Amino acid sequence: MKKDIILAGVGGQGILTIATIIGDAAAHAGVNLKQAEVHGMSQRGGDVQSNLRLSTQSIYSDLVREGAADLIISMEPMEALRYLHYLNSDGWVVSSSRPFKNIPNYPDEQALMKELQSLPRVAVLDIEELAKQNNMPKSANIVLLGMAAPYIEILSPAQLRESIARVFSSKGEQVVKVNQQAFDLGLNAVK
Amino acid sequence: MIEKKLLLGDEAIALGAIHAGISGVYAYPGTPSTEITEFIQLHAPEVRSRWSSNEKTAMEAALGMSYAGKRALVCMKHVGMNVAADAFVNSAITGINGGLVVLAADDPSMHSSQNEQDSRFYGKFAMIPILEPSSQQEAYDMMPFAYALSEEHKLPVLMRVVTRLAHSRADVEVKAPLQQKVLSPDSERTHWVLLPGNARRQYASLVEKQPALQASAETSPYNIGATKSCSKAKLGVVACGIAYNYVMENDPASLGIPVVKVSHYPLPVSAIKAFAEQCDKILVAEDGQPVVEEQIGALLGGDYKLCGRLTGDLPRTGELTPDSVGRALGVVSTPTFVAAQNVMPRPPALCQGCGHRDVYNALNKVASEYADARIFGDIGCYTLGALPPFRAIDSCVDMGASITMAKGAADAGLHPAIAVIGDSTFTHSGMTGLLDAVNDGSAITVIISDNLTTAMTGGQDSAGTNKFEAICLGLGVKPEHVRVVVPLPKNMEEITQIIREEIEYRGVSVIIPRRECIQTLNRKLRQQKAKQE
Repeated sequence: MKKDIILAGVGGQGILTIATIIGDAAAHAGVNLKQAEVHGMSQRGGDVQSNLRLSTQSIYSDLVREGAADLIISMEPMEALRYLHYLNSDGWVVSSSRPFKNIPNYPDEQALMKELQSLPRVAVLDIEELAKQNNMPKSANIVLLGMAAPYIEILSPAQLRESIARVFSSKGEQVVKVNQQAFDLGLNAVK
Repeated sequence: MIEKKLLLGDEAIALGAIHAGISGVYAYPGTPSTEITEFIQLHAPEVRSRWSSNEKTAMEAALGMSYAGKRALVCMKHVGMNVAADAFVNSAITGINGGLVVLAADDPSMHSSQNEQDSRFYGKFAMIPILEPSSQQEAYDMMPFAYALSEEHKLPVLMRVVTRLAHSRADVEVKAPLQQKVLSPDSERTHWVLLPGNARRQYASLVEKQPALQASAETSPYNIGATKSCSKAKLGVVACGIAYNYVMENDPASLGIPVVKVSHYPLPVSAIKAFAEQCDKILVAEDGQPVVEEQIGALLGGDYKLCGRLTGDLPRTGELTPDSVGRALGVVSTPTFVAAQNVMPRPPALCQGCGHRDVYNALNKVASEYADARIFGDIGCYTLGALPPFRAIDSCVDMGASITMAKGAADAGLHPAIAVIGDSTFTHSGMTGLLDAVNDGSAITVIISDNLTTAMTGGQDSAGTNKFEAICLGLGVKPEHVRVVVPLPKNMEEITQIIREEIEYRGVSVIIPRRECIQTLNRKLRQQKAKQE
């Protein structure tokens, strides 16, 4: 079994934290992993992505092939569409619905949402609003991970939930608790 | 039990070096190499690891540690090799005492760089062994191997990685660490004093070592020859370093395509010649420039069918991908979804609240008052001042070039000639250029935009913090023309006035806008808050 995932967003939105949690879960489950990250210049408010490959067999390439991704997880709707040609025919797109507008020529919002919603397998949610309503504004990325959890399949939601505890353990019990709540919030929203 | 760790390629290199018993790492931050030194700083207090001022000082210090008998590591991004080149090339002439590994992290596709030069050329130029790992595990395993190889041949070893290996994470099996070596300074002065008489002997000795280097590459565990086959293959692949992964991803065995893997140079020519006889045609898959393709072309002659980046079978520029390699192997993938309509480029930008923003706002305001004003930029976050909304800089070439290019343009009669350089870039390569300008009395205005850190690479210590006024005065800039300001919107009037005054002064002026990087400041505040809680 394999899962090729593309994580997308804007620099500073926290996609590397999502990658870290999935990576930790894979390491604990004995699932092979390769995860290519973007560091350096592009982190300054530009588009960022991470290729995450999970497999029960050995993995060669650090990069996902075009048309081969099983899942796109995006913190931003336009960024979800940026990698569409990487998605396979049965692939899911799980994305935040809230545009991050830091460019003057951001596309028409309605047209953008229409294109995103027209995909055959897509889950879109205003994760930032949901996180804010539940007093966890900094955990929107973990809400998104919760939303994506059922589609990761090679790792169970329970395994990912345990990894949240490990990854945030150095920041104290309260931070772990809030992020696990954020995860559950996302998970329940798509159930 | 075997211990496994999830590591970035850079971290695997760092841990491999720690476990190989290095006593010091010397480096200047540069994407994608920075995380190697950061990992050592965090996890190996017994290893000397403070940042160096630039790649040349790093290379020389590491050579000194090797001279003293201990194992040393030097890390840099590919363009840092240009800065270190004098010391690097001559370290092959002196040879080494304690093992010395030079790690160059290349950046094909220029994710964070101004060119995609291939460091393997440097290794070949210096006539030393080169290792090029294809995976994080190999990166880790190769470090003790590299140190043993270095000490066996008494030469530095170049290890070359690319961004996709440096910044990709995978499981790595780790082994027991080796002890650091004891102090045992070399006493062979004829090796180390490169007067022409000695240098000629040393160079002859380097040439004499080449057959042994060749033999070690031919039998290297990191070069894998193709298994003998009775029938001739239509196509065979020579895959170098990370390109091996992209080839294997396309399952060449199922296509009847044999593969030779090269991760240890000099090129294993015997293996390549034997392979060429088994195949009608060879594809060379290598990330970066066509270093191996050119060598194999010369080896097999013009009649042999060879393809790769030079023939257009693989793209001439940019990093390889499993898709581009697949196409060269005849694997056609047709994505289900075409590229989306509603997508625009999203270039990086200076952070909100960043002091460089205020510097560019002030500079743009004053520069608009002069018809011929030119602003020479440099390498760092502030290079983003080239993009909208600022569009403030006219050049960005290499570390330190802002000051010296402004000087040359001023010497030609251009006025005002303004240089913008960051604090860390100034101590890396700006100081010597400033001395030239002072000695020549060039009419330039130098802005040292000081945010108290090396920000672009993630906030490493900057070598000159708290020393800039003293450095400028020491180099001979007149005290009344060293001006310090705080780049904030409320100070805009004062800053623009000072810039005007210094432009009008027809000599060397230095203006230092100083305010901490917003990223490192926020990080510190978060850490303080966490401590209080």
